[in-house]
Amino acid sequence: MVNTSEPARQQLAATSIFKEGLKAGWPICLGYLPIGLAFGVLAQKAGLNAFEIGLMSLLVFAGSSQFIAVSMLSGGASVLSIVLTTFVINLRHLLMSSSLAVYLRSANKTWTALFAYGVTDESFAVNLTRFRDSNWDWRQALVVNHSANVAWIASSVVGAYSGQFIPAGAFGIDYALIAMFLCLLVFQLRGRLYAVTAIVAGSLAVLLALLIPGNSYIVLASVLAATIGVIFRRKDILNA
Amino acid sequence: MLKSEYILLVLGMGLVTYIPRWLPIFSLSQRKLPQWFAEWLDLIPVAILSALVFPELVTGGSPRFLDLLRPQFVVAVPTFLFALKTRSLGGTVVTGMLLFWLAGKLM
Repeated sequence: MVNTSEPARQQLAATSIFKEGLKAGWPICLGYLPIGLAFGVLAQKAGLNAFEIGLMSLLVFAGSSQFIAVSMLSGGASVLSIVLTTFVINLRHLLMSSSLAVYLRSANKTWTALFAYGVTDESFAVNLTRFRDSNWDWRQALVVNHSANVAWIASSVVGAYSGQFIPAGAFGIDYALIAMFLCLLVFQLRGRLYAVTAIVAGSLAVLLALLIPGNSYIVLASVLAATIGVIFRRKDILNA
Repeated sequence: MLKSEYILLVLGMGLVTYIPRWLPIFSLSQRKLPQWFAEWLDLIPVAILSALVFPELVTGGSPRFLDLLRPQFVVAVPTFLFALKTRSLGGTVVTGMLLFWLAGKLM
């Protein structure tokens, strides 16, 4: 086992950095496998081939928005509306990267550009915890980001192929997306303000989904609920 | 969808996803976001996830109607509790799929 509190961290051999990164990142990789497979299967059912699926996983690397893009694609949505929805869904990374930025001072612009590509909800959670609790280095963090990326791309492409052999509804695969969102939602419930915001957003979304056709309820309900949440916090009705 | 249109789509998605990931790290400035904006952004993930999942659980059909007895909603309760207890993404996905598959056999 590598002693992470060793002062000669900068002298760590590349293999050791790689090992430590994998040690921290393997649960993410494991967690991505069923989701990547499910994504590949669903995307293939929506009419995309393995290359197109792999390309989206490579260029976007953001699970929830990729699932939504695929469901919007099968619903006949326009390119612009999918890109705008993706933007709003992934805007949250702005805050994650802002909190990670202070720990990446020692890395140059090229490395940070490569690091930024791999900032996800999961890698952010793992890396920020490590950065705070130990003398975690940007290089290990980069391994976390990119091992997760490899697992994501590979599993989505494998899903694209195996999807052809899996009949509709098999193994409850259609529920993978909902289950993932439920779990990510649980991760976000960090206090009463978050729980109340979730309830407001969920109720508004259901109401708007019943009133207006299309997917605009997602953005409308989220923006409204977050705004109401901020007002609650500002008026001291609820604390974070 | 045309191939060229699909390439445009994934490039667009990639770009709008990458910029918010990269911009704060690139600027590396200690300059903070306006407080209200940081607070707003902080609530966005929970709001989006909730807005995504709830209509999926309790509405169906086209045009959509309210249906509180959908297997999606019935299965969501134990799946949510499993996530709350284990905090495991992969485990929750597999459990949800299994329960939904069982619900399909039983309901």
